[in-house]
Amino acid sequence: MNIIVCIKQVPGTTEIKIDPKTNTLVREGVKSIINPFDCYAVEEGVRLRERYGGKVTVITMGPPQAEEALRETISLGADEAILLSDRAFAGSDTWATSYVLSRAAAKIANYDLIICGKQTLDGDTAQVGPGVSEMLKIPFIAYVSKVEETKDKYIRVQRMVEEGYEVIEATLPAVITVVKEINVPRLPSLRGTMKSKSAKIPVWNAAEIGVEADRAGIPGSPTRVVKIFYPKRTHKSEIFQGTVEEQVSQLAERLEKIV
Amino acid sequence: MEYFLTEQQKLIKSIARRIAEERILPVRAELDEKEEFPWALIKDIANADLFRIFIPEQYEGMGEGSFALVIAVEELARACAGVSLTYAADALGAFPILLYASEKQKQQYLPAIASGTRLTAFGLTESGAGSDAGAIKTTAKKDGDSYVLNGTKQFITNGGEAEIYTVIALTDPTKGSRGASAFIVEKGTPGFTFGKKEKKLGIRCSATRELVFHNCRVPKENLLGREGMGFIVTMKTLDSSRPGVGALALGLAQGALEAAVAYARQRVQFGHPVSSIQAVQHILANMAMELEAARALVYATAKTIDSGAKNFTEEGAMAKVFATDMAMKVTTDAVQVFGGPGYMRDYPVEKMMRDAKINQIYEGTNQVLRNVIALELLRRKGLRE
Repeated sequence: MNIIVCIKQVPGTTEIKIDPKTNTLVREGVKSIINPFDCYAVEEGVRLRERYGGKVTVITMGPPQAEEALRETISLGADEAILLSDRAFAGSDTWATSYVLSRAAAKIANYDLIICGKQTLDGDTAQVGPGVSEMLKIPFIAYVSKVEETKDKYIRVQRMVEEGYEVIEATLPAVITVVKEINVPRLPSLRGTMKSKSAKIPVWNAAEIGVEADRAGIPGSPTRVVKIFYPKRTHKSEIFQGTVEEQVSQLAERLEKIV
Repeated sequence: MEYFLTEQQKLIKSIARRIAEERILPVRAELDEKEEFPWALIKDIANADLFRIFIPEQYEGMGEGSFALVIAVEELARACAGVSLTYAADALGAFPILLYASEKQKQQYLPAIASGTRLTAFGLTESGAGSDAGAIKTTAKKDGDSYVLNGTKQFITNGGEAEIYTVIALTDPTKGSRGASAFIVEKGTPGFTFGKKEKKLGIRCSATRELVFHNCRVPKENLLGREGMGFIVTMKTLDSSRPGVGALALGLAQGALEAAVAYARQRVQFGHPVSSIQAVQHILANMAMELEAARALVYATAKTIDSGAKNFTEEGAMAKVFATDMAMKVTTDAVQVFGGPGYMRDYPVEKMMRDAKINQIYEGTNQVLRNVIALELLRRKGLRE
């Protein structure tokens, strides 16, 4: 079973700053990590390979320094990694990113499954996974919490929904996005880390994967971020102090006033 | 202190530390409370390739030496001595095979040990043979193409959980310790069962159990070395493993020191943190100083072994005794710095103090090992090369 895992390097912090002029993320001075949901995607890819054989290829679209994240996935068990990097990709929104990733998948060609994290920590859109499947015209299943079985060109998974889970089958190749409930990612191994240090990470540019110039980067991105702002707080909050009994009586007093 | 770790050793340290902090720390109290063997953690350690470091490359290991093993054991013990011991005792069980097995035996057993899929254990101690290891009663009688084992081994670390056992038994009871031989016995061999599972003061997630042999037939190919070499195998195995016990003590003491410093900085009495009280500062300073001295000795011993030294009995014994006495003192001091809370199971230091004690006892009590040191010392007339 040949698997492609799409990952993204994101700022390793919960305090994300946004440049008010450009409305883009401030990445300077912030250590980058692999998007946490993508770690579950890598782990699931590696587990499926351990179960069914085949190969796990990790791809990411990003600047040259994203190579570091790809090397880390090799230390976690991935077989190969490819960096998609080109000035023409800069500023891509989820639509253009999906397009670039789908072109890379098309070039890799011989794949059965594409796995993505359900969303990224920074953008939070959850659009790239479905976007890739749409552009490749293959089935898509979101929020996968368990891969039950895959054989003879089909896959059966559990998908998390609010009140439980659904069991869904799809033909392969397909795209799935995974949630954190799917596994506990392994820690890097010694052999894997050593392999990752010497691994060759090919860099594919726009021409190599047949990306049309006007479909990637800013020209290929229909999304325009007009403004990013913190919502105004329209309500006031108050925290009661004291023992539970005191807090309850304060609360009751307040509610009485309203009524 | 700068100990000049190689890139590979730094990597081993960082990987062992991640396992300790991310996997062991959250569950150590529960494992201790439930006295539960840490299989999930052993799988993590195996997946990280840490079982490969003490196995040569031609048997799917990574060919690292004693120093790398010491670093890994120390880092794991910083979070939990019970988990670290499970790992270190696997190396102990592997040493007889590494040191004395035939090429065929090595090929048969070492790759599985390297991958961590099969744990090992070393079976020497019996109810009547602790420090007096020559008093063992377990016999191995030659019968055609096999040996028939009878007897009971006691207090065997990883007993019941391990699959590959190195067992010392008498092939010629008339010759005493010169009549002992070493055998590889696999779990599941008819006549080989497990007896009492011990309930212990500390290292409670580690398995300690009896090995019971009742007409247990093992093929003669399972003999390690030659007949009568059992005690040489034992002595050389323990020489090799003792720096590991020292390393376990280092990790324990490091964990206790860190906990004590953190607590002293935040515990307020008389209006200020207790870390500002000189009496407390002096306890902490002594803990740090003694730990660092022990670390220097253990590391130097491991590096001596890695340099290809033929005889390191004295160094190994010194490293074990000094570091484990230190760990007992440092963990006890940590409880003292915590005061009342330190005695309670809500905090980790009482467990560290309980875990420390066994290190002064197993793999040669610190008293027997002082005899060993004195013997070597007198032999070399106190002179230094």
